Amino acid sequence: MPKQIILAAHFPGVNNTTVWSDPASGSQIDFASFVHLARTAERGKFDFLFLAEGLRLREQRGQIHDLDVVGRPDTLTVLAALAGVTTHLGLAGTLNTTFREPYELARQLASLDHLSGGRAAWNVVTSSDAFTGENFRRGGYLDRSLRYQRAAEFVQTARELWESWAPDAVVADRAAGRYLDPADAGAFAHHGDQFDIAGHFTVPRSPQVHPVILQAGDSPEGREFAASSADAIFSRHGTLEDGQQFYRDVKSRLARYGREPDHLKIIPGVTFVLGDTAAEAQERAHHIRRQQVSPQTAILLLEQVWNRDLSGYDPDGPLPAEDPRPDDDSIIKGRTRLTDDPIVTARRWRALAEAKKLGIRDLIIEVTGRQSFIGTPQHVAESMDHFVQTDAADGFILVPHLTPGGLDEFVDRVVPLLQDRGVFRTEYTGTTLREHLGLPAARPLPVVAA
Amino acid sequence: MSDPTLHLAVALDGLGWHPAAWRLSCAEPTAPLHAHWWSGLAAEAERGTLDLLTIEDSLALQSSRPDGPDGRTDQLRGRLDAVQIAARIAPSTRHIGLVPTTSVTHTEPFHLSTAVATLDHVSGGRAGWRPRVSGTSAEARHFGRRDIPGFDPHRLDEPATVRLVDELFAEATDAVEVVRWLWDSWQDDAVIRDVATGRFIDRDRLHYIDFTGRWFSVKGPSIVPRPPQGQPPVAVLAHAATAYAFAAGQADIVFVTPADAGQAAEIVTEVRAAEVAAGRTGPPLRILADLGVVLDETPTLARRRRDRLDDLDDTEHASDAAIFTGTPALLADLVADWHRAGVDGFRLRPAVLPDDLTTIVRALVPALRDRGLFRHRYPGGTLRDLLGLPEPVNRYAAPSPA
Repeated sequence: MPKQIILAAHFPGVNNTTVWSDPASGSQIDFASFVHLARTAERGKFDFLFLAEGLRLREQRGQIHDLDVVGRPDTLTVLAALAGVTTHLGLAGTLNTTFREPYELARQLASLDHLSGGRAAWNVVTSSDAFTGENFRRGGYLDRSLRYQRAAEFVQTARELWESWAPDAVVADRAAGRYLDPADAGAFAHHGDQFDIAGHFTVPRSPQVHPVILQAGDSPEGREFAASSADAIFSRHGTLEDGQQFYRDVKSRLARYGREPDHLKIIPGVTFVLGDTAAEAQERAHHIRRQQVSPQTAILLLEQVWNRDLSGYDPDGPLPAEDPRPDDDSIIKGRTRLTDDPIVTARRWRALAEAKKLGIRDLIIEVTGRQSFIGTPQHVAESMDHFVQTDAADGFILVPHLTPGGLDEFVDRVVPLLQDRGVFRTEYTGTTLREHLGLPAARPLPVVAA
Repeated sequence: MSDPTLHLAVALDGLGWHPAAWRLSCAEPTAPLHAHWWSGLAAEAERGTLDLLTIEDSLALQSSRPDGPDGRTDQLRGRLDAVQIAARIAPSTRHIGLVPTTSVTHTEPFHLSTAVATLDHVSGGRAGWRPRVSGTSAEARHFGRRDIPGFDPHRLDEPATVRLVDELFAEATDAVEVVRWLWDSWQDDAVIRDVATGRFIDRDRLHYIDFTGRWFSVKGPSIVPRPPQGQPPVAVLAHAATAYAFAAGQADIVFVTPADAGQAAEIVTEVRAAEVAAGRTGPPLRILADLGVVLDETPTLARRRRDRLDDLDDTEHASDAAIFTGTPALLADLVADWHRAGVDGFRLRPAVLPDDLTTIVRALVPALRDRGLFRHRYPGGTLRDLLGLPEPVNRYAAPSPA
């Protein structure tokens, strides 16, 4: 049997990928939007639905960013509600370890796992961001070097809590009047650098025992953390070659943790545009890119590279002649910067703009966020299958550009072709997300990387 | 018939409030770990046109001791997160208010605010919230962020205990304050989707709350747009003056625990005085009496059920609230009696679930309807509407021109 593709649906987020100006764009808050996307994904036999998280509204030039979708509901609460309108779909939430405590988050996730019949997943992120910390008790400052230490110890602690009830701790023998055996069900003690806690966990062992762990960081520390602790990586490697290199690198790190290559799934986030012909798909892709990059957004994205106020520039005019000021205080808060080497990027962009006679907006459209898969349903199905069969990925997290209908066309037109190729399920064969993903049942507590 | 104003709530916890409930319930002893248990109870409560259901929760395992774990193996132990349960049953219900309990002692006001706001969004305006404090050292050790020395439950008037309780409620006051400001931090019309200017929101209609207090500071604005109800109702369980003051200053609903009609009247007087002392300007607190219930067809059968439960637990069950043992008709008499004494309604704590809830819905509710005391159908609308609470004004909204 050929390698089977994993498919997940990302609820459209709060960056300019999500087009809100289109007449077909619906609410990012109404529960009906979440129900629509979740049911579409389940109709398409997807593995899971993915929610991102925001804990402080983004700012640029010291003001709340107003050009993209702003605001979203609380991740865990939406996932629990979605468990009530779906039966098989995995429910994955991004949840920050910097602004939460293991006891509380572990019980929320274990509760979600019970209430969904074993469909919970957690995308572990950390933040060293004092800006976001202004909304929280701990104030949020965490030294960058401690980010993965906290994340790894957080996950380790959560696993200890999830295992604190033995599988047979609840005997519930009415005749004998014995509910628990033994008396210390849920007892735990964790004494570490980040967390020093002890007591009793409230939630008996959940169907998956360990909800599925996802990880999204791409740094060497992030890769190592994924190799030690995660079940899947939400990666960002869009090209075949990058994907294959990343895939080899990460899978090669597993052995030292006693794990099989198959026990860590690599699922890049990707976008797609379909058309009846290749030309039509390209045309739609360009139209969507123009919607994603409004004149105002073009200036804002340019500011993220130049790191200064460019609000006086004409979106259809030439790029700034001056170089960026990467060493000044970042003008963007609550979000990572677009690029690592702004001076080099700026020079490359200027050269491209001159060569192709592009104004600022057209340049931005040219250099940012091109969709990953563009073409006829046949072409997209083939390309995705090729990606997976040549080990550039184990599957994809699809990021639609429209809420809530952005996945409809994919499910109607591409999924059947993947099924025809024998690389995607036609029915769910398991009930838990671990079963969908072909992951082993809860694995033993990992060794944390030194 | 005049518009009935009696409010009825049911308090859900495990397989019922009697510690031996799991021995007699017709449900599986592990049913509370499953979603269908909760959606079934919610559906039953909704058949009885109840105002709301509450879901108990705590940051520690259940215990027969108020100050920490008891090591018992003969009672139901283990519990799911109440907000998760409330959200899970929101899509399968249409009218009933969903009021989860959360601790405000070791948790983040920002997360609590967005969670309840989101519950309000997913339920179409039916969220409520019962904040509580966590006063045990056991709970503090689960978080490891601060020491709470613990207390002797038999000596609540010890100065150190009084100080601890005062501090916990002062922190709770700040927490509810922050949650409420965050709910208002988006004006209702903040999302403008103005294609001409490329702006999704009008940022002038979003507000930093800039709260600074002794326990935490919160910048804001919320990440979640204003909930459909604006301010989901906040409920507080209160047994004494400190908690009455907390409720008077911060809550919409107060659950109180009188032993009889006379005491109910006294507590109502005390709560109203606390409202005056707090300088309360909004609508008065909805005062609901908490009452445990063991129901059966005759007083003798009810007494026998209760004895059987007490026998199974080897002790006569007592609780912070009075426990009624009798027939639905006698309970209807009590309800009418206490209602006349000034309580706006009741939060009933079924001794055994689903059994006593079923009796509440199938027998008590019809008896109250026959007396013109309780609604026959839902009028439609939000939980605030059901409770007769007016639409709250957003504290950031510009005052309308005179």
